Amino acid sequence: MLAFQTLRVVSLKIIGSSCNLLTNNVYSITKRCSLRSLQSQILRPLSSHQHNLKVPKVPTWEPVPEEELPRPTKIPADLVDKLERLALVDFRTQQGLECLEKAIRFADQLHVVDTSGVEPMDSVLEDRALYLRDDTVTEGDCAEELLKLAKNTVEEYFVAPP
Amino acid sequence: VSLAFREGRISPTELCRKCLNRIKKTQRLNAYITVTDEFAMSQARQSEARLLQGVDALMHFVLGIPKGPLDGIPFAVKDNFCTANIRTTCASKMLKDYTPPYNATVVQKLLDQGAVLMGKTNMDEFAMGAGSTDGVFGPVRNPWSYAASYRTQGGAASDSDWVITGGSSGGSAAAVASCTSYLALGSDTGGSTRNPGALCGVFALKPTYGLLSRHGLIPLVNSMDVPGIITRSVSDAAIVLGVLQGIDVRDSTTVPAPSALTDLPEDFDVRNICVGIPKEYHAPGLSEETLAQWSRVADLFEKAGARVKQVSLPHTRYSIVCYHVLCHTEVASNMARFDGLEYGHRSEMKSSTEVMYASTRHEGFNDVVRGRILSGNYFLLKQNYQHYFVKAQKVRRLIADDFRHVFGSGVDVLLTPTTLNDAACYHDFTQEDNRTRSAQEDVFTQPANMAGLPAVSVPIALSRRGLPIGLQLIGPALEDKKLLCVAQWIEQRVGFPSISDCDDTQESRKDPRVTRREQTSAV
Repeated sequence: MLAFQTLRVVSLKIIGSSCNLLTNNVYSITKRCSLRSLQSQILRPLSSHQHNLKVPKVPTWEPVPEEELPRPTKIPADLVDKLERLALVDFRTQQGLECLEKAIRFADQLHVVDTSGVEPMDSVLEDRALYLRDDTVTEGDCAEELLKLAKNTVEEYFVAPP
Repeated sequence: VSLAFREGRISPTELCRKCLNRIKKTQRLNAYITVTDEFAMSQARQSEARLLQGVDALMHFVLGIPKGPLDGIPFAVKDNFCTANIRTTCASKMLKDYTPPYNATVVQKLLDQGAVLMGKTNMDEFAMGAGSTDGVFGPVRNPWSYAASYRTQGGAASDSDWVITGGSSGGSAAAVASCTSYLALGSDTGGSTRNPGALCGVFALKPTYGLLSRHGLIPLVNSMDVPGIITRSVSDAAIVLGVLQGIDVRDSTTVPAPSALTDLPEDFDVRNICVGIPKEYHAPGLSEETLAQWSRVADLFEKAGARVKQVSLPHTRYSIVCYHVLCHTEVASNMARFDGLEYGHRSEMKSSTEVMYASTRHEGFNDVVRGRILSGNYFLLKQNYQHYFVKAQKVRRLIADDFRHVFGSGVDVLLTPTTLNDAACYHDFTQEDNRTRSAQEDVFTQPANMAGLPAVSVPIALSRRGLPIGLQLIGPALEDKKLLCVAQWIEQRVGFPSISDCDDTQESRKDPRVTRREQTSAV
């Protein structure tokens, strides 16, 4: 019963939308005939279409609710220092910190998944032997070409500050 | 158009010139970062020389016979593929003046086939984004923003209502959609080829991980990156895949191609296949119209005799979170190479190495990249390694197993939406930050990257706003050819309109010597 009613509501909605399209249609057709085939292309699926039952009509999940997540992480100042040194990217601004906290919060959703007994997956090619070539030098001797790419060089050295 | 070349109805240099002119005319799209006009013309001339071999046996020997179906065909490459002596920037200040000394393997293969390089296309900085809006050279505009279908139905009030291409290979998709090249290379890490393919109404293929070499593709996520192929027809993509697939000694993560790709059959019989509809792909936020198209194509399959059944991939909802962690951690590692010493931007600050590194990276990267490097480093800290990184790797296995179970149960191909909606207008899209948008837009596309499976986006229909909607097909690993067959079957039946049908101006591109089909397809 409920399924039937849902179907009726859905089909009414579809007819409703196609009515709007019809109004647009008339306007557009008087302006540009070449769009007629386009219009019918769009109208066809919406007006005559009965929803395929294998395709779910409503979303089948929601994002993990806040209550199910562990406590939000606060990032202490010494961790900020450490991260800056490791990443060599500065983020002392409030915006940088907020961005990091949001990213962590988003990642916290992982913890509702039960992964007991599951091995981590490094690569999708784990079940095959990959081709490795012989350990012989086949090309090289291009130091000059590569040094050209750097801003600061001396002879065959890249120059770094102290 | 390959046939048109052979029959002498149009020459490679004429076509090249036309495409270059078209690039100039469509400059407002900002699809290209670098246009290689001289290089393109010289390649076109060489292609022409091969075609005009004449009967002189000596000339035939000297000039060589035409190389194949791609000889003389204009193509574009996303700007994160290295191209010898041609600036390669990744749309970032960090590599703004970087000129690689070598060609990426996939680029080299196309050049070896005689294809003509039009230029390097615009993208999100370092391929991080889902809109092609965050590159240092500005955002890319969707060619459909200027099509009559959008101008009349989409409620576009002014020029500022242009829509995005999607990302991050937006420039490549725009180049193919606006007919300035016949095919383009993109990269696909979380959907970066399929997303703009769907929003720009072109065909996009993400091959099986390992089938195409990543040598020369500036890496984002080594375990998920794949060079992607964007074309206006499925048959063209099949040809390109045939040329590009296979082991590369320079990329140890390549696998042998399952078989030489011959032409796709004209009349593929769908009665032999089982199409799966994963129920979790009706995600929150899916538009009513995309849902309707999904249902319509499922019907098409059923009416033609294919088996269609609903299946379940239970870990789909965690896929985007898992991707988020793995992506950020691999990015943190891959971006470490940019320190200003060997190549790329270098800061003027020189009080110490660390200071120079830090300021180079601050100046060279935008907020998005810096944000990802930071969170990646956070997840990789010893105290967090198990908790986030390894946990994500475990969830990745669960996701890959979901697919394995479904394909093992007799399903040949999965049918899902590619994106939640049609293209958003730039103003609306930029109301949320890059990370939020990526999390929303990548929801259908990144599971295939997690599992390394081949996937395509097929343009299906126009939305109420006159913009393209695409649907995605995912197949088992290394069954790219079957996937293309099914995609072509859909393409033949949905009647997606060509952008020229929706074009306001009758451009000189409509050449009477070249048939409509030849204008769209390389072969």
